[in-house]
Parts: sequence; structure tokens; C-alpha cells
Amino acid sequence: MSELTSEGRPQTGLLPNGQRPRPVSAWNRIAGNQGRNLWFLAFALPFVAGLLVFVYIPIGWSAYLSFFDARATVHPTKFVGLANYRYLLGDPMFRSSIGTFVLFAAFIVPVTYVCSLGLALLLDGVRVGRAFFRSVFFIPTAVSYVVAAMVWRLSFFNGARFGLANSLLRSVGGENKAWLLGGDNYWYWFVVISLRLWLQVGFYMILIIAGLNRIPQDTYEAAAIDGATGWRKLRWITLPQLRTTTVAVLMLLLISAFQAFDEFFNLFGAIGSYPTFARPPLVHLYLLSLGGSQADLGLGGAGTMIVTALIVIFGLAQNWLLGRSERKESGTMRGSRP
Amino acid sequence: MSMVGSRSSRLTRGLRYLLLVVLAVLFLLPFYVIVRNAFSDNSTIVAARWQWIPKNWDVGVLGRMFADEQLDIVGSLWHSALQSVGQTVLTVVIALLAGYALARLDNRLGRVLTGVTLFTLMVPAAVTFLPTFVMTSQLGWVDSLPGLVVPVMFSAFAVYLFRQSFLTFPAELEEAAAIDGANPWSTFWRVVVPNSMGIIGAVGTITFIGAWNAFLWPLLIARDNTRTIQLTLSQFMTSQGVKYPELFAGALVAVVPVVVVFLFLQRWLVAGVETSGIK
Repeated sequence: MSELTSEGRPQTGLLPNGQRPRPVSAWNRIAGNQGRNLWFLAFALPFVAGLLVFVYIPIGWSAYLSFFDARATVHPTKFVGLANYRYLLGDPMFRSSIGTFVLFAAFIVPVTYVCSLGLALLLDGVRVGRAFFRSVFFIPTAVSYVVAAMVWRLSFFNGARFGLANSLLRSVGGENKAWLLGGDNYWYWFVVISLRLWLQVGFYMILIIAGLNRIPQDTYEAAAIDGATGWRKLRWITLPQLRTTTVAVLMLLLISAFQAFDEFFNLFGAIGSYPTFARPPLVHLYLLSLGGSQADLGLGGAGTMIVTALIVIFGLAQNWLLGRSERKESGTMRGSRP
Repeated sequence: MSMVGSRSSRLTRGLRYLLLVVLAVLFLLPFYVIVRNAFSDNSTIVAARWQWIPKNWDVGVLGRMFADEQLDIVGSLWHSALQSVGQTVLTVVIALLAGYALARLDNRLGRVLTGVTLFTLMVPAAVTFLPTFVMTSQLGWVDSLPGLVVPVMFSAFAVYLFRQSFLTFPAELEEAAAIDGANPWSTFWRVVVPNSMGIIGAVGTITFIGAWNAFLWPLLIARDNTRTIQLTLSQFMTSQGVKYPELFAGALVAVVPVVVVFLFLQRWLVAGVETSGIK
């Protein structure tokens, strides 16, 4: 607590106090050499205050609202206990939004990883034009989901005959598809996945290239002497050496899959309406709490709590799985050594 | 590499380049479609047979789009520019200071703050959009520039990247400044920041692109006075009676600034990623 009271006078540590040996008091331990710790605390203050005001206090407030009937008010009076939670967990739409996320993540996380790794390895083997190709794959990162959704929805996968996909389909004897209409056809998944793949694969490729560059060259030279090539080299040298990169990339992919909102909203939404399929959790939460005529902040608060808990659980589970496979691998490696 | 020149390796290399060229064409296709549609007559876009090269060019689309007062592209671009530049500058300054503090505070408080930052990283802002929106509307910031910028400018990701970078900053430089009597504040601005332009460029680029392309937060906050380009395009796209050429002309002007920034700063971005400790 003494750090807080001292903040009004951070200059205390500034006095140039020469070479005189000083007794190390409790105060000096907290303030640090020449008050350095107080300075650093002041450096961190804007960020910490911002997090508090715009992240943690709102989350607490939302948790509070989630136990009330808080329609169109932030000062509710009617305590409803767990009713909001019970309603959400029993709501088939909310449950199906969780299902949508699981399906989406189950595809987009591994597919993006494999494609990014593929591009990185492809670029790793060439010299001429390498920077050019890297830029080409990286540049979609700069495009917004709104613009990408526009191209995908109105040109590539337009359900009318003039969409690119439908034109190509007809030219090989197929028929027009209603790509985004849902119902019995699941082609909309292809649209969603290909869009996100195009937009984010380059960024993860860059992360993986950075990881590849950290693998010591002599590991490969030793393997080449042993006659290892191609797949064996990938399986036994590149992938194990890339493990930390892989863990970070999968984690980032999972977090970003959880945030899916923009492309769904812009691919499927129309003025004032959104279909009942293709609703990831955040889209459903948005429609539920703010999409109607009056904001239901109690329900929205409960939804926020559930979704936040889910992302933490998914993150921890993925971490645990990756950690387990690593332990298993290092175990077999040790066991197989002569 | 030792087999360079042998026939099989030349074949593999040929296949590699073939694959690279095919993929490059696929990756550039959306950009081409934006340009094609932005300079086409509507009849070209809705023609039954897809036209790779439009039969009817229309170079007047851009001009008409800018002149369309109802659409207000110029106003939207201006709001987006204010929001993105503001958010980038403020995010970088706040995160620079906090990242440096986290890298240098080697006591329990420093560890707690680092832990909070990492936890915040796990629960991204998009997930807690509703509570943050409630707070922002309580402050009366709906449809205002502060509302667009302030609630989203405290980036745990930026703080983390700076912290990782400062952990490897050579301490001798700081010690030399401290011996000359500089306090941490002036050491930071005179010694640390000028020697960290690479990571600052990387974080700045990431922040700018994210801010310019943001959709969810502006969707909640922005109304007529602050509508950003992404929101304008989104509303235009989902409205009845879409004018394809004008819509894609709008997409073109939304994409160009950020692609230019990206191409210029790409090198910093790559270098930043490589030293950031995302490994």
C-alpha cells in the first residue's frame, strides 16, 4: 500500500545521493534503486487504469447484471438469480451457436496451420522471387473482413448466375448453387472457411517462417549426412524443432476463431435480419443483447460470462493436449535412444 | 542444397515455382476482382458469363461514388483516418510505457502485472464487447471519437510484444544514461525508444491495420457523426438495390491506404515478429 501513497512524490528517489552507503530500508526495497520502481509503476499506470475501467470493471458489472432482469437498463432492481443462465443454456439457438463455433474451430484451426506451414516450407526452398511471393501471401492480412466478405458474397459465391463459382460450375456442366442460403446445403461453410483462410494464412506463415529460421542449420546438415530427406526430415527434425511456434500459432488461431464476427455478419446479414444458421457465439450474443428493439443486458451479461468461461476452458484444454503430446514425444525419444 | 544441379532437384524446383505461381494468382484474385468491379459497367458484373476482362469499362464509377452524398464515402474515410491514427498513436505510447515497466519491474508487483496482461491476452476484447459497450455508453461516448478510440486502445497484445522486445534491450545503454544522471523517464525517451524503432514500427503497423479494418466496435459505437468506412461499406452491401460498381469502388478506396502502409512497413512487421518472442 505504501507504493500508492508515495505516488504524489516520485521525485524522492531522484536526489543524486553520491556514493554514500545507504541502509536498505523497507521503503528502499519497495521504491527500488533511486526510486526506479516508482517510475516504472507510473509508466504502467495508464495501461493498468485503462484495463480496469474498460475491461475488468465492465466485466464485473456485467456479471452483476447477469443476475438481474436488466432490459434497457444498467441499474436493474429485479433480481432473478440464475434465470438468465438457465434461459441461455436451455436456448437451442445459443447451444447451436456453441456448436457452430466448435465446428468452425475444428476446421479453421488445423487447416490454417497446415496451409501456413505448407506455404512457409514452400518458400523456404526457393531463393529467386522469395520476397515477392512472401509479400503476395502476406498482403491479404491488410484487408478487412468487410471487404473480403463483399468480394466473397457478391462476386465469388454470389448465388445468382453471374457469381464466379457458379460460372465455373456451369462451364463444367454443373448447376448454379445458392452458396449462402443454408437450409439443407452446407456449402456456406466452404465460403466462410476459404475467406478466413485467404485473409489470415499469410500472417501465420510469417510466424512459422520466423520459427523455421531459428532451427540451427547444422541439424539439417547432420540429418543429410544420415540420408534423411523429404518427409523424414519434416517429421523428425522440422516439426519437433518448430514445436513452440506450433503451440503459439494454434493458440492464436483458436482465440481468433472464437472472435469470429465480422465475416459472418457481413456474409449472412441483411438489414435488420440474420438467418438462424451460421451464428457463432459473438454474433448470437450481439443479436440477443443489442439486436432487438430493447437491449437485454442481463441476458447479454450471462452470455458474456459463459462465452468468456468457454474461451478460457478451450484455451486451457488445447494447452494441456499439446503439452501432453510433447511429454509423450520426449518420452519415446528418450526411450528409443540407444 | 548439396544436390543442386541434379535432374530431380531441378524438377522439384520447377514444380515448386509452378505451385507458387498458381497460389500467387489465387491470392491476388480478390484484389483483381475489386479492381475489375470498380471500373466496370454494371452490365459487365451481372453478365451471365464471367468476364475476366470487362467488355464495358466505366472509369467514371470512382468519381460518382465520391460525389454520392448519401453514401458519404469522404466523411467515412475521414472518420476512419481520425480513429485509426488516434488509436495507433495512443496505443503505441501507452503500451510502450507499460511494456517497458513490465520488462524492468523485477519485483512481485511486476510479476502480477505481467500475469494480468497475459490473462487479458487470452480473453480478447471482442468477447467482452457488451460490458465495454455498457461502460462506454454510461460515459456518454456513443457516436463520438473518444468512444471509438479510448475503450479499445489499451492493448495487452501490444504491451506483451513491447515487453518481450525490451527484455533483450542492452542494459549497458540504460546504465550509461543513469550514470549521467538521467532519470528513467528521460532515459526511456532518449535512449530506449530511439533504439526500438523496429518493434515500434511493427506494433504500430499491426495496430493501424486492426483499427482501420475494425468492424464490431464501430458497429456498436458509431452513428452518423463517426461512421467509419467499414461500416459504410457493410451497410451499403446489405441494403436493397446494391450498386455493384460503386460498392467495389468503395472497397478499393478502403483497401488502398492500408495496403500502401502495409507494403512500406512490411519489413518492420516481419522483423518485429521475428524478435517478438512469439515462437
